[in-house]
Amino acid sequence: MDIQQNIKMRSLGDSAIVVQIGEGISPDIHHVIIHLMTEIERDPFHGFIEAVPSYNSVTVYYNPVTIYFENQQSQVNSAFQKVSAFMEEYIKRVNPEEEREQRVIEIPVIYGGEYGPDLGVVATYNSLTPEEVIDIHLNHEYMVYMIGFSPGFPFLGGMDERIATPRKVSPRQAIPQGSVGIAGKQTGIYSLETPGGWQIIGRSPASLFLPNSSPPTLLQAGDKIRFKQIEEEEFSTYKEEVI
Amino acid sequence: MSITIRQPGILTTIQDLGRYGAQKYGVIVGGAMDAISFRIANMIVGNEQSEGALEVVLFGLSFEFNEDTLIAITGGQLYPTIDGKSAPMWRPILVKKGSILQFKSGHSGSRAYIAFAGGIDVPDVLESKSTYLNASLGGYEGRALKAGDTLQFGELSHISEGLISNLQSPTSNDWSVNYQTFLNFKKHQQIRIVKGSEFDEFTEDSLDALINEQYTVTTRADRMGYQLEGHPLKMTEEFELISEGVTFGTIQVPTSGQPIVLMADRQTAGGYPKIAQVITADLAKLAQSLPMNQLFFHLVTIEEAEQALFEQEQALHDLAVSIRFKALY
Repeated sequence: MDIQQNIKMRSLGDSAIVVQIGEGISPDIHHVIIHLMTEIERDPFHGFIEAVPSYNSVTVYYNPVTIYFENQQSQVNSAFQKVSAFMEEYIKRVNPEEEREQRVIEIPVIYGGEYGPDLGVVATYNSLTPEEVIDIHLNHEYMVYMIGFSPGFPFLGGMDERIATPRKVSPRQAIPQGSVGIAGKQTGIYSLETPGGWQIIGRSPASLFLPNSSPPTLLQAGDKIRFKQIEEEEFSTYKEEVI
Repeated sequence: MSITIRQPGILTTIQDLGRYGAQKYGVIVGGAMDAISFRIANMIVGNEQSEGALEVVLFGLSFEFNEDTLIAITGGQLYPTIDGKSAPMWRPILVKKGSILQFKSGHSGSRAYIAFAGGIDVPDVLESKSTYLNASLGGYEGRALKAGDTLQFGELSHISEGLISNLQSPTSNDWSVNYQTFLNFKKHQQIRIVKGSEFDEFTEDSLDALINEQYTVTTRADRMGYQLEGHPLKMTEEFELISEGVTFGTIQVPTSGQPIVLMADRQTAGGYPKIAQVITADLAKLAQSLPMNQLFFHLVTIEEAEQALFEQEQALHDLAVSIRFKALY
């Protein structure tokens, strides 16, 4: 992909900029996004606060006051223009051909029963047996495109459309932490107990949000994950091990 | 030094200027809704501007001082009293041990801030003292304050010590901060905005309404966002957006056409069209707005938004210098 031809930069107010690359959702675009994140974080400009990747963009938060006072002598009219120029520099350093290390993280899941009350719903909706739903869900590698919604919650790509199922008509008040769900063509894992409308097919003993660790989440944008089926007896063992 | 909560009020939380650096992990920024009042409260007692302090919503909070303590109350006028007498705002107060501070009723503005000399002594979580209610972390045990909670304060800075000895001196000069330089608590607010990413995708009629009509703050207004009500905002054609970063002051438009302004406890990403963005310099005024208040949006350029922020920061800097001068000379 010719990155230079596919960049859009726009302001998000006076203290952030969104750098979008290409259109839509694809592993190739996301690969460039993760490279761009790496370049920005490797050598942050003065006034940089943080950068947040999404499917096809990086949002960079900055302090315009720092940038303004540091560049008063230069010809640049605004902090936004200055940051746009920094972004162009970072983009030049990105080589999309360059391979990067990609972690593959295994997520243990107990499917069905009280842990996955909607497994039957997903099976019925797709004219499959519960076992077929589990096999299809297990038989794929998923890409972590971004973390959001709640801390450590991964937005995953790569789910098989044969198990796609619409959200519940009325959301549940509380979905337990670790619940594995399906919403439309997406699958995800609840990192905190929150209300939610996803169809819950299983639960993982893995902790996705680790506020006292660095980094504070099990998964990061750019990782890949695989699900691994475990039995109920193993759940508590995992709970103790996976901290 | 410490205080003990008697009544927690509607929502009293420990905040600072936000938890930055972990949005890519889905951790929200949080922090004070009205950062200007928050920073000034800390300045007045000689703290770092980012030190942990209390954010108080409307009424109901009362607490007792376990030792003599230097405090400052800023933000919205929520009619605080100390031992039944009206307590002054926007200036240092040396409160005696055993005194009770209380927020009774009546208000202009929605949130007050109380800073204590030395700051509130709670651990940093992910480099911040802000209370993150949904994830139960930061602040005081990750939650809003309850009756019986005791908050300890940290060590005094030499500026705080100077301010205390000034207040104890028989020749001390009364001073207070003229907050009108920075914000007001009017029921009709002029709020400056810049164009959002999808501004041009909205109909002419919608953009005309956004800029020329008023939008009312509804009762669905909390630390996450303010739901507004007014002329519905429509896009020229429906299109599906992919989730991406949002920020404090982002004005999103869901399919209902009624805009939502994202506030301090917003999620890290959003997938609704972004019609506009409130400029940073006007966020404090917006944060102090109450349900039924009217907002009038005024479109400015990025350069104008930056200029307004630079001027505001310059005035805050000058204020900090003058307070330090009072404390040390």
